[in-house]
This record gives sequence, structure tokens and C-alpha cells, in this order.
Amino acid sequence: MFRIARKEVLNPAVKLLEVEAPYVARKAEPGQFIMLRINEEGERIPLTIADYNTDTGTVTIIFQEVGKTTRILGTLEEGDHLLDFAGPLGTASHLDGVKRAAVIGGGLGTAIAYPQAKKLYSLGAEVDVITGFRNSSFILLEEELKKVSSRLFITTDDGSNGNKGFVTDVLKKLMDEGNKYDLVIAIGPLIMMKMVSLMTKPYGIRTIVSMNPVMIDGTGMCGGCRVTVGGQTKFACVDGPDFDGHEVDFDEAMRRQAMYKSQERRSEEAHDCRMGGALNA
Amino acid sequence: MPDMSLKKVRMPEQDPEIRSGNFKEVALGYDDEMAVSEANRCLHCKTRPCVAGCPVNVQIPEFIKLVSQGDFEGAYAKIRETNSLPAICGRVCPQESQCEQLCVRGKKGEPVGIGRLERFVADWYMANRENVVNAVERNGKKVAVIGSGPAGLTCAGDLAKKGYEVTIFEAFHVPGGVLMYGIPEFRLPKALVQKEIESVRSLGVKIMTNMVIGKVLSLAELEEEGYQAIFIGSGAGLPSFMGIPGENLNGVYSANEFLTRINLMKAYKFPEYDTPVRVTESVAVIGGGNVAMDAARCARRLGAKNVYIVYRRSEAEMPARLEEVHHAREEGIIFKLLTNPTRIIGTDDGWVKGMECIEMELGEPDASGRRRPVAKKGSEHMLDVQTVVVAIGQSPNPLIKSTTPGLETHKWGGIIVEEETGSTSLDGVYAGGDAVTGAATVILAMGAGKKAAKAIDEYLSNEE
Repeated sequence: MFRIARKEVLNPAVKLLEVEAPYVARKAEPGQFIMLRINEEGERIPLTIADYNTDTGTVTIIFQEVGKTTRILGTLEEGDHLLDFAGPLGTASHLDGVKRAAVIGGGLGTAIAYPQAKKLYSLGAEVDVITGFRNSSFILLEEELKKVSSRLFITTDDGSNGNKGFVTDVLKKLMDEGNKYDLVIAIGPLIMMKMVSLMTKPYGIRTIVSMNPVMIDGTGMCGGCRVTVGGQTKFACVDGPDFDGHEVDFDEAMRRQAMYKSQERRSEEAHDCRMGGALNA
Repeated sequence: MPDMSLKKVRMPEQDPEIRSGNFKEVALGYDDEMAVSEANRCLHCKTRPCVAGCPVNVQIPEFIKLVSQGDFEGAYAKIRETNSLPAICGRVCPQESQCEQLCVRGKKGEPVGIGRLERFVADWYMANRENVVNAVERNGKKVAVIGSGPAGLTCAGDLAKKGYEVTIFEAFHVPGGVLMYGIPEFRLPKALVQKEIESVRSLGVKIMTNMVIGKVLSLAELEEEGYQAIFIGSGAGLPSFMGIPGENLNGVYSANEFLTRINLMKAYKFPEYDTPVRVTESVAVIGGGNVAMDAARCARRLGAKNVYIVYRRSEAEMPARLEEVHHAREEGIIFKLLTNPTRIIGTDDGWVKGMECIEMELGEPDASGRRRPVAKKGSEHMLDVQTVVVAIGQSPNPLIKSTTPGLETHKWGGIIVEEETGSTSLDGVYAGGDAVTGAATVILAMGAGKKAAKAIDEYLSNEE
């Protein structure tokens, strides 16, 4: 059992849990993920490691409540326990030798981009961080990111923070202004990662994206997380989750993401029924 | 006088019509009377050929004698002397190519139902006796076992009996490995697997789940933590795909994924359990082994009307156990033999809508000694399916190899060991089971775990 040491509500849909998992904390690196299961009937879901602390033996995860499992996860409080928590899984990001980087986070992807920015900044790189959200109430990790970036740009789809637009608009502007990056990291919705990759490709800028497909074990066993990269099939859980954005087949990845849409709805409906029953009892 | 009837006492089974709609166990096992009656067919030959056919050396005529005398408890103790997991072996061992193949009674008529008797004895004991453990004095030496499948459990159990402090590290959230994620409930009930694991635990073996060795701890770090020897039994976890167009369409599964969702994550109880699996009206399973049979029979139970086994050779070359093929046929699985898929066809939005196949004929024998299938030109045809399960084999999971410098492996991933001891290229590190051989059987993995336990004991005894 893995105790929740701290909980924080980051925005109306996104929560943070700091979980006591000393073995995982000891080995975790940016870009890696964990698999967790809440209860006996629960599914195994992958979540990227947002932060880790070897002194306290804790690992931080940040998640958006999008399905049954993440909604239940959101109801847990400090002192509650997770049944299973395995990691660190996946290949760590290669961030050595980078001089100037743009780190881009879209929505929840910001939480995953944060440890990468932090690591790059600590290695002495100049780091421009660009994040994008639906509106100002969804903005994540602003204070944390300020501390690990040279410059921080925050956009909102509706302009409610005074900076209307998409992350790609900012990236384009920065590149047009003559900023030369030797690495771009883009983490967020598939469509955003695709657009960033298309934008950097003509400039030949190394671009890393983080894939988050459906997976069961997270150790290379099921192959459910297949991603086509450079025409070859890769397993996101062991070969990734970081891949070269210029080589990823995003259109296929988007189709594969829809695999369990109808079952996910059924699962949520069944959950709502049971919750309703409990309330009426 | 032995009972000279030519046939085994029939074991009751669930009716195929009924069982293809549920996940309950297919074979129902003997009752006391049937067991004694079957045990009476044993001739108790002096040469004991059956024992030579058992990878873990079960004292077969001895335990059968005890069954015939009605001493089921004694029979259980006799089996447990050499086999830590009898309820499992009695169900999933390929007895027809091991102990029973060598049985003298098999020369004329059917061999003694050794597997059925082993199963009976183990089930009887679980139902009627509390597990009793004779306390063993601990010798203070620590051994790490990676993986809690049949190889790891056997190695751990044997070492614990000798007084070692054994910790098993399991990557998944429950121990059991392939016994939990691979073999379906209707062939091997999971509650029973957990009971067998409990009996290994009761020997003093500690099991840590959620520990992905190679990631959370390296082998070197295990040594730093005081483990004096390590056994790698991490299995064959890496699924193979065919490399044909369309394999990444929605609706194409590796058998590993399909079976793990259903067995380990209990997708057959969705939405009571959260993990879904998608099964459509027509399903093609590619491959001819036990895993393919398991996948096909699961698909059937989840409501698929047409389930095809697509296999490129003929029935004679199929690696699956005869009993599994027979059960699959009874349940209405359609065998498309001498047929090979060439591509999977998808809808515009990326879902499987069919599979193109080509007919094969058998040519000259290949390296495996089996006749090589050759495509018949112009015989391409379409199979109308919406789900495809690829069950053409698994190779060893590379997680440990890739994080352990100096551990020598074959090109295809199998860890290189000395056959008799399981010792690897690293001092104090042993390996066995599918991690060494590639996908094989439960009992061979257990045999390897047993040999390694013996070798580890000798290695650590000589160290002083």
C-alpha cells in the first residue's frame, strides 16, 4: 500500500498527489512514469512522474479527472492509500548537453513538462517555457515553472489571462524573432504535439514529444501502447514515452486513442449508477 | 490385481454448449471413488518410466499407490516432496508428452491418468486440510528471485525449504506470472493459483509486488542490499507481431494484451471490474499453440459468434496440447489450417474490418524438423473479422538484460545458462524458465527453477 502524503487541487479539473513510494523516488528521472491501481476492481493506469524527492521518498503525480479511475483518484485524500504503484518505468529523457531549449506544455501536459524544464534548467540550459490552457482558471504550476525557466509564456484559448492564443503562436513568434533552440520539448494533447513538430521540422530543431497511449503493464509485455515512429512499431512503455516528434505517426496515435471510448462511457455510467445507489441508501 | 480396463476413468466436464458462455473451470475433477479406481490401473512397474518423464521428479507410482489405498493426505505429502505446485501441474502439464507418454499402460490402451490423479490429490488436500508447515531453521543467507511465475515460485520454495531467506520480486500487482495473466480462469482458476502461492509463502518466502527489477532496482543494487545469489525467472513477456500491414489498427491485440486484460484484470467481469476488452462478432486468432487456443476460447466466452484459429501449417504440426485443441473444437472454434494472414484491412477511421489470408501447402522440413509452409499463388481470400489476436509467440522481456552489464544472452533475447545448473555469465546469478528458453511450458519452467535452487544451495554452501 502506498500512502498519500499530500494532496493539492491545482485547478477545477486537475489534482496533485504526493505519494510515499521510496523505491520509485530513489530511481525516478524526468520523462519516466508509474503505473497505479486504486482498488481491487481497478484498472492499471500510467501517469507521468511530475516530481520526486529522494529525501522524503515521495513521488508526485498530477492528473486530470477524465475517466472513472482518475475521478476516483481525485476523491482520495491525504492519508489514504493506493493499492499499487509501480515504477519508475520508461526511458528517461536525454537532456545532457542542451544549451537552449523551449519546453512546451499544453494543459495537463504542463505537469509532465515541468520536471523536464527543471532538469534542463539545473543542467545550466537556457529554458523558455510556453504553456497553454483553456482559460485562466486552468493555469497550472505558474510559480513552480517561473523558478525553472529563463522566460515563461502562458497563453489561454479565450484570452482570459490577457494572452489569447495557442502555444504554437508563441513558439512561432520566438523563432521568428531569431531565438535559436537546439531542443524543443512538447507535451500535451496529440494534436498540439503534432502541430509543434510540424512547425519545428523545417528548422531541423530536435523535437521531443511524450506519448501517453493505452497500456496495461507498462513493462513491454502487452504491446497495447504501439506507436509508429519513423515507420517502425515502438512500444511507448519501454522505447518511450519520449519520441522524436518529427518521426511519430500522430494520426495513427489519435485513432488508437479512441479504442475504448464506448467502454469508458459504460464504465463511467456503471460507476455513476453505483454512486447514485449509495447516496440513496 | 490392477484394474486392466483400457481407458482412463472419465473425468466429468462442463457441457461445451454451457461452458462456452462462462469462465468456470471446464474439467471438473475426479471424486474419491473415481480417483481410487483410476489409481488401481497403475501397474507399479519396477522401472518407473513415468518418473523419468517428469521434469520435477514426482514420485509417481508411490503417490498413486497411496491414492489406491485411500490415503490422500499421504499422497499429497509424497507429491509435495518434489513439487510445490501440484494443483497447477495437475491441470496444465502436457502429461501426454511427459509422464503419461512413458506409462507402460499406454502401450495398449490409455496410460494411467497421472495428471488427473495429481489434480485430485491437490484439490482434496486444499478442501480438507489446513496447510501444515514444518518450521525450518533459517541459515541467514539471502536470495533474490525475480519473477513469481512457475520458475520463480519453485526456486523460491525449494530454497526456503533449505533454510534460505528468499524474497521474490514481482513486477505486477499480484504474484503468479503467466499462471495469473496468461492461462485463463476456465483452465486454471485464479483462486487456486493464489492458494498454491500461499503455500509457498508459508514456507517463509517473502513476495514483493510492484517491483520491476531492472527499473526500480538493478541486479547490482540487489547485491548491495545483501542478496548473495539471484535467480532470474522473468518469463517471456515480449509479444511478437507478424510485421504485416494493418497490425496497428484498432482491434488488433497481442495475445499477451488480450489475455492479460481478461485474466489478470478480469475484463470478462467488465464493468464490475474497470478494465475493458473489445470483442466483436467475428475474431481471428493467429497461431496454433496453447496461447492461441486460450485466446480463441476466451473470445468465444465473451460472445464472439465466429472465432477462427488461423494457422499456417496443418493440424499435425500444431504445438497446442491435443486436449486444448479438442476442447476448442467442442466449443465451436473454427480451424483455418494451412492459412496465413497477409494483411489486415481497416475502416477509414482505423478499425479492423477484415483480414486477407493466403492458402499454404507443406514443403520440405525446415530447421525445426516440421514441414515448411509455402504460399499457394493466387489463393488470397478475405476473412470477415473485426478483431485480430496475434498469438505467434513471445520472447524474453529485455528489461533485465538491457540494465545488467555482463549478462550474456542469445540474439533473440534468451539468457544464456549452463543447462544443468542455470548459472549465467555472472557469478551468483542464475536463470530459468521462459526467460532462458523462450515461451515453453509451466512444468519445464518449474524444472529449471528446481535445478537452479539446487545449484544456488551448492554455490552458497561452498562459499564459506
